[in-house]
Amino acid sequence: MENYLSLFETYDVPAAFWVNIQLSFWAAIFALVIGTVLALFRISPIPSLQWFGAAYVNIFRNTPLTIILAFGFLGLFSVMQISLASDLNASLFRIAILGLALYHAAFVCEAIRSGVNTVPLGQAEAARAIGLSFLPAARLIILPQAFRGAIAPLGNVLIALIKNSTVAAAGSVATESSGLMKTMIEFRSDLVVPIFLTFALGFVILVIPIGLLTTWASRRLAVAR
Amino acid sequence: MSAQQVLFDAPGPRARRIILLGNIVGVLIAVAVLAWILSALAGKGQLAASMWTPFLESRTWEFFILPGLVNTLKAAGISIVTAVLFGLIFGVGRLSHSAPIRAVAGSVVEVLRAVPVLLMMIFFWLALGSSGAVKPQDAPLIAVVVALTLYNGSVIAELVRSGVHGLPRGQREAGMAIGLTRNQSLRNIEVPQALIAMLPALVSQFVVILKDSALGFIITYPELLQFTRRLGVGEGNVIPSLLVAAAIFILINFALSTLATRLSVLLSFRTKGRKPVAPGPLVPEAAAT
Repeated sequence: MENYLSLFETYDVPAAFWVNIQLSFWAAIFALVIGTVLALFRISPIPSLQWFGAAYVNIFRNTPLTIILAFGFLGLFSVMQISLASDLNASLFRIAILGLALYHAAFVCEAIRSGVNTVPLGQAEAARAIGLSFLPAARLIILPQAFRGAIAPLGNVLIALIKNSTVAAAGSVATESSGLMKTMIEFRSDLVVPIFLTFALGFVILVIPIGLLTTWASRRLAVAR
Repeated sequence: MSAQQVLFDAPGPRARRIILLGNIVGVLIAVAVLAWILSALAGKGQLAASMWTPFLESRTWEFFILPGLVNTLKAAGISIVTAVLFGLIFGVGRLSHSAPIRAVAGSVVEVLRAVPVLLMMIFFWLALGSSGAVKPQDAPLIAVVVALTLYNGSVIAELVRSGVHGLPRGQREAGMAIGLTRNQSLRNIEVPQALIAMLPALVSQFVVILKDSALGFIITYPELLQFTRRLGVGEGNVIPSLLVAAAIFILINFALSTLATRLSVLLSFRTKGRKPVAPGPLVPEAAAT
């Protein structure tokens, strides 16, 4: 037991989780913005935008996240020498956020589209009947209802995003939790199972409340019909 | 986009002009972005012929891409079989009539779905490697398969459960009426129908397994990404190599996703189940995953 507790003096486990939370937070915001724009593209009347939205979703949804994040490090950072901050680690961190956001934006787009499908036909027809064109109808009538209908799928995307933030290890973000777990196990191979259970429990604690919260919110905020 | 577009009216002359204008602007922006990316790549010499000619040589495919692809498909293939088995066992466990079995299966599934696959992979890799239970060179493959099985098996267990819950109650009642026990009716009547109903979602889950097998890259499993990175480092063409690897994944996964959509259309009349009552969708549904 003392052995186990001494781990927490040597290694800063909460700091590693904090890195994952920060990665997830920023990636979630960017993914929500990009995904909403993509969803608007896909339901817009303009064919080139529809095509762009569909192509984006199909490409990013079918590419392994590992490749995207490894590309961020090996391609963007090493070969293209793109750095998003003056500091090396901050730059890798931001590139990982970019990769996570681009990947999950495809799933956000599909979640919002499924939300749009919960809006009854009559709402769109009524919006047109009072003379709203596409953008005002989307902004005032369709999207507010669609977001409320999309809470559950968006929550699932957020949960996936938090778990996937561990893949940032492929983008050389060394401070996040999967990297720290690997280091800890390598140095303390006598405590393999307790170390793993600690990290697993950390994610269970992060993820399960979000699942419960989004389920509750999706019921609470669902448009009564 | 053949289905009805209900979000906007059939365009009149003015709307048609706006759409045409929007179309032109959209294409111009897309072309501009593409040109910007290509010029950035060209600026670093990534578009030079020497970067791409390795992909025309047979040795690149023979020694790098195909062995990597074989390993990826091997890990994904084994995981698909074991995950389906795991999912069936725990899915039926969650539906079991005995409360303790239900509770155990339920908590196992919930916890495994909340733990990142990568953490499980790293754990099994290091634990198996240091325990000496398996040959060190086998540890990465086993870790990939076990982690993918536990996670995706749990997701499949949920699919089985929701598939059975989606069946009309009459199916089980009919089973009881002809004298089957609860478990017999589950095994012989409900789960087989649920399997057909969940087939499209199951195929979509195979896409997830195939994508997540690339996580093996992080634990040194020699799958496609690992091999293409080696190729890229050896030939000095990391970006083209990664793009080719991504393209291969996209092709396979796109084929699987298309299959899933086809299946969902094909099988929609094969099961007894609530048909979605139609206030037609606002958006023509494409490849819902």
